[in-house]
Amino acid sequence: MKDSTSSKKHRKTALLLSILPGFGQFYNKQILKGLVFLILAVSFGSVFFEYMGVGYWGLFTLGEIPKLDHSIFLLIDGIIAVILTVMGLGIYAFNLYDAYHNGKRRDLGEGVNSVRKQYHNLIDNGFPYLMISPGFFLLIFVVIFPIIFVLLLAFTNYDLYHSPPANLVDWVGLQNFKDIFVLDVWRSTFFSVLTWTIVWTFGATTLQVALGIFLAILINQKDLKGKVLFRTIMILPWAVPAFITILIFSGMFNDLGAINKVLLPMVGLDPIPWMTNETFTRLALIMIQTWLGFPFIFAMTTGILQSIPEELYEAADVDGASVFQKFFSITLPLVLYATAPILITQYTFNFNNFNVIFLFNGGGPALPSQNAGGTDILISWIYRLTMTSAQYGKAAAITMILSIIVITVALWQFKRTKSFQEEDMM
Amino acid sequence: MTKKQSKLIRLTISYLIILTMTAIVLYPLLWVLGSSFNPGNSLNSSQMFPDNPTLKHYQFLFDLERSNYLLWYWNSMKISLMTMIFSVILVSFTAYSFSRYRFVGRKNGLMTFLILQMIPNFAALIAIFVLATRLQLIDTHLGLILFYVGGQIPMSTWLMKGYLDTIPKDLDESARMDGAGHFRIFIQIIMPLAKPIISVVALFAFIAPLGDFIIARILLRSNEQYTLAVGLYDLVAKQFGNSFTTFAAGAVLVSVPIALLFLVFQKYFVSGLTAGGTKG
Repeated sequence: MKDSTSSKKHRKTALLLSILPGFGQFYNKQILKGLVFLILAVSFGSVFFEYMGVGYWGLFTLGEIPKLDHSIFLLIDGIIAVILTVMGLGIYAFNLYDAYHNGKRRDLGEGVNSVRKQYHNLIDNGFPYLMISPGFFLLIFVVIFPIIFVLLLAFTNYDLYHSPPANLVDWVGLQNFKDIFVLDVWRSTFFSVLTWTIVWTFGATTLQVALGIFLAILINQKDLKGKVLFRTIMILPWAVPAFITILIFSGMFNDLGAINKVLLPMVGLDPIPWMTNETFTRLALIMIQTWLGFPFIFAMTTGILQSIPEELYEAADVDGASVFQKFFSITLPLVLYATAPILITQYTFNFNNFNVIFLFNGGGPALPSQNAGGTDILISWIYRLTMTSAQYGKAAAITMILSIIVITVALWQFKRTKSFQEEDMM
Repeated sequence: MTKKQSKLIRLTISYLIILTMTAIVLYPLLWVLGSSFNPGNSLNSSQMFPDNPTLKHYQFLFDLERSNYLLWYWNSMKISLMTMIFSVILVSFTAYSFSRYRFVGRKNGLMTFLILQMIPNFAALIAIFVLATRLQLIDTHLGLILFYVGGQIPMSTWLMKGYLDTIPKDLDESARMDGAGHFRIFIQIIMPLAKPIISVVALFAFIAPLGDFIIARILLRSNEQYTLAVGLYDLVAKQFGNSFTTFAAGAVLVSVPIALLFLVFQKYFVSGLTAGGTKG
């Protein structure tokens, strides 16, 4: 009986004492470690206390006096305060855990580690953390922080008329989402942009995939000459930077460009208003993306085709299979099986393919009935709302909707990939 | 129809299709090459095979007093190189930890990277803009490089981790027996064996900033700070058609080296992207 009560004594005392960081370690006679925790806690408390107070105040109110309080900077400082708090709590939790853990060792009569052993422990256990921390901190600030910021911005009325420093920004709850789905202008624009985004994604991607696979199979025919030359030519659209070729195309499709002035007259057709008629712009965009995107699929498929064993076809020949039978029962299934995961990333890529939409015609031509251009997809509409009409809150709300779509597709895909199932995720 | 005839028809149709595609692929590229030698400035008068070809647009671009083109070129190369160096260092660190150590938070970290890899980092472009304003990184190359490196980390970490996982762990353990420290094992044993994947990561990190338009467009303000993508867009957009031939010359000067680099390393790109898809 006496044993069982005394055997928990140290860990309880250490845990209780380390509510004040460091004191649990002092109790465990780990003076140095205790000092480190104490100094961390004191500096955290004193340096950040004032800053954190302002941070949280700013986060909740977004400022109270126009021209003096800058709502957006307050929002940023607020988010930084939250991130720092989370990190502080992490250290605090580790302090509690460490005191408890060492108290337990004493209870079990194992004795605590000496300074030298602690040092080695720190190096062994801390090494991976040390290695990932630079990359991770960068990620927090350039990737995770922006995501949190946009998440919060979606619930504010930040726009041209509520723009610091002259005016304050306020929390408005779900108003932005309500506006997008209820107000006529926003609703019709949102659904027309979303519809075109989906048509664009499936149209352009499917075409580029089909063309890439088709050409790879065509050029891979055994008795075809000039394989190396043709393969190099087919890779070219991928090798030249996309922003260059898109700008070239925007010159070619221009009213004065080669297509209207040279190519169409050659076959006896009238000039087509590529840049000013919405339907023709969309058509041109899908053709351009097919041109830009097929080489990657082509290169990949070529690699797969060359790895298909010749015996498969020979066996099929013995069985008297026709060219089509060989294609549909051997080639196509093997190619699709090997490329399936990549194909999905091609769809998500085009879903967010800002460059081609923006550089070709700026998302235009403008349409009178909506506040997005005729060929704007979601991501370029967000850009337009941010950079030209200063509708930051609405843009953030649409960014959230877009992210939810992308993340859903991403999770669905990764659930199916091998790595997710086989990865030693402990 | 004999076997010989059917073969002839099949090959003829194949060649016809391939030659048509060759024309479609080459036409825009040759057209811009031709435009760059045109004496006039405008899109209107430009011909694919100019009557009196001239090099004056190239001379214009190389004239530092009249054009910032060489400056843009230098900026782009600088940004790409820095992005490459920092990406390779940070990605090797994180990938090595994720591959070799089992630590608390590893699983969540890997999941976070997996999801972040799917969201393009410019999706939060308002945030990037505001954050850069707050940290006074607007119109600086440092800001750009930080965003590019951050954007490279998730995907490249997965790519490299997949490769490091295939290097047998016995190597590390025997080195540890011999008394090598953590960092020494990383530098002297693992990194030399990971050279192929380091080249892939480096190549991606070098090419990505060259192809990026949107982040550079948001962050950069002054003409002297522009990268090639923003600068060339500016050249075209400001007065469309009126400086098209100059743009064409600039485009040729960018495309030729990058396309050559690309064709040489093509296998790496394909293997990198395929591995990223199936493993990550």
